[in-house]
Amino acid sequence: MRGSLSFLMRTATFPASFNQLDNIREYVNIFTKEAGMDDPGRCAVEMAADEACSNIIEHAYTGYSSGVIECTIEFDDDSFTIVLHDHGSPFDLTSVPLPDLSEELENRKIGGLGVFLIRELMDDVKYENRGQMGNFLTLKRKISRIK
Amino acid sequence: MEINVQEFKHCDLLAINGKVDSFTAPDLIKAIEELQNNGKYKIVLNMEHLEYMSSAGFRALLIGQRNSKRYNRGELVLANVPQKIMDALELTGFTPLFKIFSDITTAVGNF
Repeated sequence: MRGSLSFLMRTATFPASFNQLDNIREYVNIFTKEAGMDDPGRCAVEMAADEACSNIIEHAYTGYSSGVIECTIEFDDDSFTIVLHDHGSPFDLTSVPLPDLSEELENRKIGGLGVFLIRELMDDVKYENRGQMGNFLTLKRKISRIK
Repeated sequence: MEINVQEFKHCDLLAINGKVDSFTAPDLIKAIEELQNNGKYKIVLNMEHLEYMSSAGFRALLIGQRNSKRYNRGELVLANVPQKIMDALELTGFTPLFKIFSDITTAVGNF
């Protein structure tokens, strides 16, 4: 049963606003469970999806109130992949500089923390701007990864 | 997300219940700010019923800690931090910025 259905894609579209983050996380959680990921893996994917969508909502759709984020999930026995598609301004989070995590309290910057988390929690992060087609952010994590 | 505040003799206990993300984090910032605006800078953040926190929540903690520690007026300490949130705090280098307690009694006793 699992063999023949092991490669499936599921897509859902969400309004690009912060109040949708809970729905997006819930959506992702359904499939990390179905994919048989362990709890740390599921938490990692949930957080990465949240951080990535938060960035899209904040940066790609500044000023727009009617943007959407299309979330496509695919997984097989090896890895779990989320593709986030939006039509906002290009925001390549793979080019955001990483924050200095050793800075003392007053100098600590929050900017870049979300991006850092996405890169730590996922095994592969790819951003692509396809012009009129919009932006595609692909997040991939190995199901067997330990922490 | 729900916030409950309880006043103690030497500090305030702020329970963060539910989920903190980009949508709800502003309310957390506001709740901490409200205490600080009333001269309460010594705050225990009880995370016993915190189900989820993203970097938006970490930002709220950072802002709160900066305000409390400025001029040595007080500090934010964390209590009952769920393991998965502890992992994220460690990953992002946040654990050196806060005292972390395993229960409320000890946390309140810090003040």
